[in-house]
Amino acid sequence: MNKARRKNALLASPYIVWIAAFIIIPLLFIGYYGFTDREGNFTWENITTIVRPEYYNALGLSLLLAVISTVICLLLAYPLAYILRNMNMSKQGFIVFVFILPMWMNFLLRTYAWQAILDINGVLDHFLAMFGITDFNIINTPAAIVIGMVYDFLPFMVLPIYNVLVKIDDNVINAARDLGANFWQTLFKIILPLSKPGIASGIIMVFVPALTTFVISDILGGGKLLLIGNLVENKVKADNLNLGAGLSLVLMIFIIINMLFSNGDDTDVNTVKKEVKK
Amino acid sequence: MGNKLIDLQGISKSYGKHMVLDDLNLYIRENEFLTLLGPSGCGKTTTLRIIGGFESPDTGRVVFDGQDITNLPPNKRHLNTVFQKYALFTHMTIAENIAFGLKIKGKSKAYIDDKIKYALKLVNLDGFENRMADSLSGGQQQRIAIARAIVNEPKVLLLDEPLGALDLKLRQDMQYELIRLKNELGITFVFVTHDQEEALTMSDTIVVMNQGYIQQVGTPENIYNEPENAFVADFIGDSNIIPGTMIEDELVEFLGTKFKCVDKGFGNNKPVDVVIRPEDVELVTPDKGTIKGVVTHLIFKGVHYEMEVMANGYEWLVQSTKMSPVGTEVGIKVDPFNIQIMNKPESEDEEAVGVDE
Repeated sequence: MNKARRKNALLASPYIVWIAAFIIIPLLFIGYYGFTDREGNFTWENITTIVRPEYYNALGLSLLLAVISTVICLLLAYPLAYILRNMNMSKQGFIVFVFILPMWMNFLLRTYAWQAILDINGVLDHFLAMFGITDFNIINTPAAIVIGMVYDFLPFMVLPIYNVLVKIDDNVINAARDLGANFWQTLFKIILPLSKPGIASGIIMVFVPALTTFVISDILGGGKLLLIGNLVENKVKADNLNLGAGLSLVLMIFIIINMLFSNGDDTDVNTVKKEVKK
Repeated sequence: MGNKLIDLQGISKSYGKHMVLDDLNLYIRENEFLTLLGPSGCGKTTTLRIIGGFESPDTGRVVFDGQDITNLPPNKRHLNTVFQKYALFTHMTIAENIAFGLKIKGKSKAYIDDKIKYALKLVNLDGFENRMADSLSGGQQQRIAIARAIVNEPKVLLLDEPLGALDLKLRQDMQYELIRLKNELGITFVFVTHDQEEALTMSDTIVVMNQGYIQQVGTPENIYNEPENAFVADFIGDSNIIPGTMIEDELVEFLGTKFKCVDKGFGNNKPVDVVIRPEDVELVTPDKGTIKGVVTHLIFKGVHYEMEVMANGYEWLVQSTKMSPVGTEVGIKVDPFNIQIMNKPESEDEEAVGVDE
């Protein structure tokens, strides 16, 4: 027993080193910088800066846009994943492939593509001009940022939901129909509850990057709309590591709240996991 | 047994080029325990799914209680299904599982609670209301699946290989349980299985299917004792199937020897298949037998011995409570009424019958 355990520990050591070097130690640094000033003295100031209006507003806007993007992603992804699940196997593989294809392209490139589409005198403007619509500008607005977020993060919502849905036994759905449930009753009473774990991980996978992004707001917000991610970036670039770290810590609180909320119903998650194993 | 309850008229179904059912005609009577029996791919499950409404036939009609229900979705049909591998709702408790159909129909809480109690008692699982579905054993889950279906008071219960996932002992117990349930409920059971023993034990009527065609419909005794063709004989129990010639009424020749039988009306000098059950082969001393042979294999099976006897170029399967050691010279005797004569398949349709893949 002991030997086996020692062998396991040995095998795990590269990962332990990895976790220590690239996750734990950096986190400790963030903690250290977050609670100290430039001279290295303890302070709450980096954390409390968040109550100042410009920071507070950026955090509010970030939260709002992240929530909106997550909801839109969910509303788009769920029907799509459901349709995918019901397709025959050979087509399924192809469509899933098409869906992850954009993820092979660089994230920045995809976002710049949206800039080209939404820009003044961009692709969209030319297209709308054909129908006589001229002053339609959404570049540098929150709407443009939301479009970018939804486009970039949608696959992260589709895949976990799809993964849970394909594992639901057809006969479970047939059983609901057999017992008298119509399409909507089957969806809301059987399929949706059984796909909760997929929805939860989808929400985390979209909400977290949407809340922290600064690239999308930079490119599609024209640098005028500051999200909390942009502020952290600015502080770090301006050599104010302490304030950057403090804001990051505040941000982390919201991410942890989101994760607790998504995984709150633990019993349900476990049941479906067991179901999935069968 | 009562009137026709379900009538399948000229049902055909194919998936792409693969024909699963070809012009199937079958009726199921009220209060009947009917079993669709056949090897995998014979079309038995498709037939059940067409009755349940999960598949629609390419041609033909499904008539239920005098009404055409061919295009009715499953949730509008007065029947319920017990699925393979139970298909319980794992995110619900046992009580919620059983209540599912009744809640959809908008029954009162008192009525639903009563029904749950009644159903759990019926399947011998009182007190399981608040357990989660996946904390139960396979046999228990099966009972819950049955309880969930019968609380809706269907006229017909469809069972799709419900015992397939259970171990042997449990399966045998559940067979008796199902017979008891059916008698208590007084409804029609349509049961799908590939297990001939299951079919023989429980059914009023067995429908033997192969490659999309019905091979024979009859009572268990009927199917076992009077198989209509070599496929049925081979599929139900063990058989010796030997090609032969019908010399005249009540006289058949096979393995170069003439045997008396009781069948008539095949014509003279017609090629036929002769089917003899292994337990109907009598081993006697060589001088008393119709043909002579040598025992080549011997296995103890518990209730009886199983032997193989080489005689006139055919290896006979013999089951007997008396043992003859390997190497013994024996005589083989068969009573005339234990010899079943079958027409050899001729047409293309019947061809499917003889081939046992």
